[in-house]
Amino acid sequence: MDEPYAIESNDLTRRFGTLTAVDHVTLRIPHAQIYGFLGPNGSGKSTTIRMLCGLLAPSEGNATVLGLQVPKQAEILRSKIGYMTQKFSLYDDLTVRENLEFIGEVYSLPRHRRHQRVGELLERYDLGDQTDQYAGTMSGGQRQRLALAAATLHEPELLFLDEPTSAVDPQSRRDFWESLFALCDAGTTILVSTHYMDEAERCHSLAILDRGALVAEGPPRKLKSEISETVLEIEAEQLRAARTALDRIDAVESVAQLGPRLHALIEADLEHPEQTVRAVLDEQGIEARVEKVEAGLEDVFVSVTRRRETSPARP
Amino acid sequence: MISISRGTAIARKELRQLLRDRLTFGMIIGIPLLQMTLFGYAINTDVRHLRAAVADQAGTQRSRMLVADAEASQVIDVVDHVDTAQQLRARLRDGSIHVGVLIPRDFERRIQDGSRVAAQLLVDGSDPLILQSALGLRALPVAGRERRNRRFGGMQTFEVRAYYNPERRSEVQIIPGLIGVILTMTMVLFTAVAIVRERERGNLELLITTPVRTIELMTGKIVPYIGIGLIQVTLVLLVGSILFRVPIRGELSDIYLAALAFIMASLSFGLLISTFARSQFQAAQMTLFFFLPSILLSGFMFPYDGMPRPAQWIAEVLPLTHFVRMIRGIILRGASIGEVGAEAIPLAIFFAATLALALTRFRKRLD
Repeated sequence: MDEPYAIESNDLTRRFGTLTAVDHVTLRIPHAQIYGFLGPNGSGKSTTIRMLCGLLAPSEGNATVLGLQVPKQAEILRSKIGYMTQKFSLYDDLTVRENLEFIGEVYSLPRHRRHQRVGELLERYDLGDQTDQYAGTMSGGQRQRLALAAATLHEPELLFLDEPTSAVDPQSRRDFWESLFALCDAGTTILVSTHYMDEAERCHSLAILDRGALVAEGPPRKLKSEISETVLEIEAEQLRAARTALDRIDAVESVAQLGPRLHALIEADLEHPEQTVRAVLDEQGIEARVEKVEAGLEDVFVSVTRRRETSPARP
Repeated sequence: MISISRGTAIARKELRQLLRDRLTFGMIIGIPLLQMTLFGYAINTDVRHLRAAVADQAGTQRSRMLVADAEASQVIDVVDHVDTAQQLRARLRDGSIHVGVLIPRDFERRIQDGSRVAAQLLVDGSDPLILQSALGLRALPVAGRERRNRRFGGMQTFEVRAYYNPERRSEVQIIPGLIGVILTMTMVLFTAVAIVRERERGNLELLITTPVRTIELMTGKIVPYIGIGLIQVTLVLLVGSILFRVPIRGELSDIYLAALAFIMASLSFGLLISTFARSQFQAAQMTLFFFLPSILLSGFMFPYDGMPRPAQWIAEVLPLTHFVRMIRGIILRGASIGEVGAEAIPLAIFFAATLALALTRFRKRLD
């Protein structure tokens, strides 16, 4: 750990034909942190991860992972990283133990150490009852725990997790994140991609990706406090009508419904935003409670991805 | 209600997909073309230009004329001259000739006599088509004998002695080569599919992030199939000798050595296919493209000597050609691996070349 960052990239870019999947992404990811990639499908999360693993060559830019150039030094890197693919990539027709033993052999763990690690991980990830079950017949949560066990079997310094919880129920997700924090406490750096806000919220630090570009970066709390808009929460009986009324105000950048409430992003330079909105709603005869609230991560996400849509050129 | 427009919608969609799937489209066009040219060219049951050696012990002008006439018939091409019948038989066994022309010392007297055949044809009977063509030479006229011929009721010029399959049973000829055909189909397909399946199921994305080396991955994939291939060889040999009474004249160890060389060549070609194919289905399609020429041009179905030059060039590249020569030699003619071993060299070259190409094409990357 001589290098200051676990992952460093400069203007990392990947094109597929005319499509730019990853667009000049510059990253500095410190050691022993859980770092999140937040973005919708197609925002370049998987492609970035694949480049950092050395599976894809960048079209432009460069990356250093654990002090090694990728993809040039990818072979040396492989034994130091673990990678959990988006799609389950262990063998459906092998049992849980056979899968783990196989991975252990592939990483050249000595026999004794291998058996020991497999035993440890079966216990840690609660797979003891499934030892002889075929991986293909397991539930989403079980498969995910197996995949995590396989990715961490050789005790990697750095773990890449590509949307690890997409096929998993909420309880399993909670348990999964507990496991990640345990790994992180033990010194592992974890890069996890997600499109869930609540998962992003758990990360130490976060990069928001939108159509291949990095549009915001920082700890979730900092991102929320530095949002460039005012966030208003509106509670009303006639939500649809209120929404229509809000859309007509120029200073309102976006409106999103969250259950019985609306969240409106208002340009920061509008003075007295609450009064302005309240006045417009009163005018329409809509009874509403309007309150300035702290931004949620979702508001930040909408804010930073919207800004890029409206600005004609990349900054 | 049955809707015609829904039906046509599906038909249009199907056609559109078909035209976009270049490989399937290629098969629609390619297979009939390939079959027709291969069959049209290679299938020539009237075999000519059989490689022959001559042992002319008479050495008279008439005997030389007889050989010249036999050559002029285009049935045989004399590639060598030897002294004894024994040498002819050795050349037959190692497969370097298919026909031996033996003209005895008393050739002139036999011609005068007229009641005896004048000379002998020693023919490789392990291929019935070759035998059949050689039989056409039996009544070749000899100068000075035509007139008497009539008197003696059509006594032949040549006596034909068929070696290795005197009963002319076609299963005897087919089964040794069938080992190669079966191995071509299974070995190439198995390995091609084995890697593509991992790619299709997403296993490969995980595997290539591990420290596994390409060469380890490839050899690890090949090795189990070598064992499976040898089991298949055993199976065909057992069934062939028990059920079809195919004589196994050569050494078993030689058979397995030859099979091993051929299995390696087939497996490495399967690996090469796996670096091109995107799906298991594509791998199967590509295997078929390799399988067809192998079965038609290798000499398994039709004698190599009867094929036109371009077909022979292609045949020389195909591993099955060399294997069929080796395995027939060993099983039917009792040849040793030393005698037919030269055929293993092209197999080794094929193996090395396809493996090298597969290794350079397979990269531990997704792009």
